[in-house]
Amino acid sequence: MSEGYDIDMEKLREVGIELDPAKRSATFLQQDQDVRNVATFYEGVEVMSIREAMKKYDWVKDYFWKVLRRDQDEFTKIADSEDVNGYFVRALPNAKVEIPVEACLFLHRARTQKVHNIIIAEEGSELNILTGCTSHPSAVGMHIGVSEFFVKKNAKLSFTMIHSWHNKIEVRPRSAAIVEENATFISNYILLNPVRLVQMYPTAYVHKNSKAIFSSVIVALEGSVVDSGSRAVLRESGATAEIISRTISKGGKVIARGQIVGEAEGVKGHLECKGLILSENGEITAIPELIARKPNLELSHEAAIGKIAEEEIFYLMSRGMSRDEAISAIVRGFMEIEIKGLPEVLKRTIDKAIEDMRDAL
Amino acid sequence: MLRVVNLSVEVNGKRILKNVNLYIKKGETFALFGPNGSGKSTLLNAIIGNPAYKIVGGRIIFKKVDVTNLPTNERVKLGMGMAFQSPPKINGVKLIDILRYCAKLSGNQEKIEELAKKMRMNEHLERAVNFGFSGGEVKRSEILQLMLMNPDFVMLDEPDSGVDLENISLVGKAIGELLERDKEEREKAGIIITHQGHILDYVSADYGVILYNGKIACVGDPKDILNQIRKNGYEGCLAKCLKDMT
Repeated sequence: MSEGYDIDMEKLREVGIELDPAKRSATFLQQDQDVRNVATFYEGVEVMSIREAMKKYDWVKDYFWKVLRRDQDEFTKIADSEDVNGYFVRALPNAKVEIPVEACLFLHRARTQKVHNIIIAEEGSELNILTGCTSHPSAVGMHIGVSEFFVKKNAKLSFTMIHSWHNKIEVRPRSAAIVEENATFISNYILLNPVRLVQMYPTAYVHKNSKAIFSSVIVALEGSVVDSGSRAVLRESGATAEIISRTISKGGKVIARGQIVGEAEGVKGHLECKGLILSENGEITAIPELIARKPNLELSHEAAIGKIAEEEIFYLMSRGMSRDEAISAIVRGFMEIEIKGLPEVLKRTIDKAIEDMRDAL
Repeated sequence: MLRVVNLSVEVNGKRILKNVNLYIKKGETFALFGPNGSGKSTLLNAIIGNPAYKIVGGRIIFKKVDVTNLPTNERVKLGMGMAFQSPPKINGVKLIDILRYCAKLSGNQEKIEELAKKMRMNEHLERAVNFGFSGGEVKRSEILQLMLMNPDFVMLDEPDSGVDLENISLVGKAIGELLERDKEEREKAGIIITHQGHILDYVSADYGVILYNGKIACVGDPKDILNQIRKNGYEGCLAKCLKDMT
């Protein structure tokens, strides 16, 4: 147990939460609806609970439900409540905060954890956020996390979300981002452990000469249902998007979605979803969608689902690997996605999370 | 070192090799010729244990061990090694990862860098294996893997195809070292499949064998056979071979 918390520190580390001022620029920890820890160690970044932020700045309310609609679905309606909590993270104009902010949402006793996060990278700033969401083994309930991202002109925001739940938890993130001119939004998602259900479809609205990159690595174990995708709406010329997903089913059901909408000339987007089925009971459905609303744009996708090729196993065995070692090397290779533009410390966290996930396979 | 006895092999239900017999002693290198589809690659794949090549008759004895039903990695541990004609590309599996396994077989870990440099593959170590490799790079990568494995029995499936003139002598020299061709007393043996025979300008072989319609049709001096094939085609070469033998 970590000091002062009834939260298992091991569980937090699994989702990248260190509670170590040397490794993070700020820390935020919320258990159910209560904020248990907030600390900022770095100038140029503000981190507080959303309730605090509302009290401190009267303009924060203008960011509430700005990119997402409160009546979008039954889950946003539930989250739109008096007792909502969550984090407010803001990089001040031109502040370059390479060391990541960590934010942890921990579900323990609440039937429904309602979270509303506002993340702002002000003009010219650079902000890296690592958010780890997890639950107590005894928890039974639902996590609804509304996140609204504002990546302003010339800013760069990377958001890495690592989930490790238990099989009695239903997870409904609702996220959207506005990516202003010349800005970059990088979103990474890693799902580690069994979960009853994850359903989400984060969207980035990408403006002039800006960029959105979504990468996800998802493993669905027996009993899990994961319906997850990313959407980029390319609104102005020069906007680009790249959506990459790697999904593995080991008995679980995965729906891997992806959508790129080209609304302006001169935009470019690529969608890549690859799936690997490792057991007889699993199921993967890949649904890549490209929608073009103007001429002179470039949208492409590739989707492939398969099992491990015997030819590849044989090749690695001919180099001395046993059959099991060969399969594990191929699965590991499959999950290897190159995520560009992330600080080393975040890359290491992601690598470690993926490594843990491989061990579970 | 290797004894192939009455070997019959099927691929996708089609009989490719028919009662093939082959005996290769320590120190010997065989050059394997034959038209497309005659079963050359099938023979090597069957010897190394590729499960896509189904042995329906006969046996393979390697170093006095019946390996006919052994998995590939066990044959490799006994000292077989093969450079493939068209190895697969594997997502995310880096060349260096594979080289480490190869080196583990021979205890050559400290030689990875040096040999990669020698085979001009040091810039490719962190790349997913065979992705975006040119024809020649694929071959050099295959030979590099064998050099680190250091097998006693070396099988090379068209190591010269797709290799440019600049690199053919590099590949040839490396193969010569693998087979210890420069030594008087050799511990190694092997089979080289070659279509054009270019590699034989750089590596000497002791015997030439023609595989024709899944059967061993001719054994002789490799240079003679190659000259005959070049001059008279396989049919002509076989006719002469038959005449010489009778």
